[in-house]
Amino acid sequence: MSLSLDDVSRIARLARIEISPAEATRTRDQLNGILAFVEQLQAVDTAGIEPMAHAVDVVQRLRPDTVTEPDRRDDFQAIAPETEAGLYLVPRVIE
Amino acid sequence: MSWEVVIGLETHAQLQTRSKIFSGAAIAFGAAPNRQACAVDIALPGVLPVLNREAVVCAIKFGLAVGANIAPRSIFARKNYFYPDLPKGYQISQFETPVVSGGGLTIRVGDAEKFVHLTRAHLEEDAGKSLHEDFHGKTGIDLNRAGTPLLEIVTEPDMCSSAEAVAYAKALHALVTWIGICDGNMQEGSFRCDANVSVRRPGAPLGTRREVKNLNSFRFLQQAIDYEIQWQINEIEEGRKIHQATVLFDPDTGETRTMRSKEDAHDYRYFPDPDLLPLEITAAWIDEVRSGLPELPQAMQQRLASDYALSPYDAATLTATREIAGYFEAVVATAGATNAKLCANWVMGELVARLNRDELEFSASPVSAARLAGMILRIADGTLSSKLAKEVFEALWTDTATSADSVIEARGLRQVSDAAAIEPIIDAVLAANAKSVEEFRAGKDKAFNALVGQVMKASKGKANPQQVHDLLRKKLR
Repeated sequence: MSLSLDDVSRIARLARIEISPAEATRTRDQLNGILAFVEQLQAVDTAGIEPMAHAVDVVQRLRPDTVTEPDRRDDFQAIAPETEAGLYLVPRVIE
Repeated sequence: MSWEVVIGLETHAQLQTRSKIFSGAAIAFGAAPNRQACAVDIALPGVLPVLNREAVVCAIKFGLAVGANIAPRSIFARKNYFYPDLPKGYQISQFETPVVSGGGLTIRVGDAEKFVHLTRAHLEEDAGKSLHEDFHGKTGIDLNRAGTPLLEIVTEPDMCSSAEAVAYAKALHALVTWIGICDGNMQEGSFRCDANVSVRRPGAPLGTRREVKNLNSFRFLQQAIDYEIQWQINEIEEGRKIHQATVLFDPDTGETRTMRSKEDAHDYRYFPDPDLLPLEITAAWIDEVRSGLPELPQAMQQRLASDYALSPYDAATLTATREIAGYFEAVVATAGATNAKLCANWVMGELVARLNRDELEFSASPVSAARLAGMILRIADGTLSSKLAKEVFEALWTDTATSADSVIEARGLRQVSDAAAIEPIIDAVLAANAKSVEEFRAGKDKAFNALVGQVMKASKGKANPQQVHDLLRKKLR
């Protein structure tokens, strides 16, 4: 499998990354290099082996259902670009 | 030519936990903006999610209640999209391996029963809230809701009318509140439905579906689906094609409209979240949860119908919520199974009407189950006529210190079932109503009822009506 320039610009758009045509070409070549490596891995016969979702074979630890986090809104909003009436303000979003 | 409608529902049920699904922030409703949004919820760099055990317990309860498979191992995935009320840039959800799969719910529309199959139910976090008004051209973001635990419950496209969709949504709502995993408050958004709707000619392959988002009342669900069905049929009949889309329902106009969206907005690029390890649910854990589950509404419905000889309608009404079911069972426990139908009538009739009028929950009923049972025993043993019982009930409702017996005694409401006491009243009424007697003898049944009424009135409502009937018939023969 290999990616086209169109694939790369689509992925960049989905990830909200602006790239120039030169960057797109370089990125495509790098990504295709990675995919070529993955193809080597895929050549290994893994029939009957359950895929892992995580590199370490351990399971999720669970947390008791208790409220442990205090209200730190004032601290958080002190480092926010803009706030009003307790809300974070962002450029207008129209649905 | 006719059309066939195909509907599937996706429901987001907010789980009843104290803290969020991946953080220890509170989730109480109505807090001031961003007072319940911790570092994890607002996605500060370096934070890590830790899964709330109780959210998993809720999912297991649900899986057991709908007879589904509970995955011994399930995976959390990142659903990637950009929106300011989703500060991480992805929602933690489940994709390939949901915690619950399969199972289903039996619904009833009219006299017909139908089994709606569930595809899956998965755990995920809610997003925050965007406020578009009043911020001089900017959008305000409240992240209190971000990270609230949700169970997204997805059906197969098994429903074929808005009535079936509403019946399913109501059955699901009743179930999640019954097992206590969701408070079911639709105004507050704790239970909201998305409907996937398509139409086709009978026998044709599935049509293209459109998804109506965020329906937060059963009425809107029905209106939105009906509108959408008609809209799609019109489009096709006028020669246009249906394009897959996400639409919003506007309750003011009763119409659905397409959300503006880019063609690749649905490319979520799911992948396993490296911050979370696989969720393991052992058989022992499932057994432990199962042992804590209450009797389920459908099982209870069958039990009530068979043990107490109640109609399917009565049994369904009495198991609509755990509160009414618990109250009814408490009444029957004192009044006895032989009086179950009488108990059902009083609970579903007078009691529910009074609770609704005063906007009270069963737990706050001024008439406790034991006091209502006390009154029902007096109806059953003939002390109280059903007419005077209404007066007793009223007294029990307004003065919680009274019992049926004390009210009957104090007001002299004891029913007269003594023939020797009733006969003189009947004789007097017959003598005074010669015309009605004539009419009855001439074959007018109405005249008989008028005479019964006169006797009841003369006895101040205390005469046993059945006995009045019998004695009157005898005398007029």
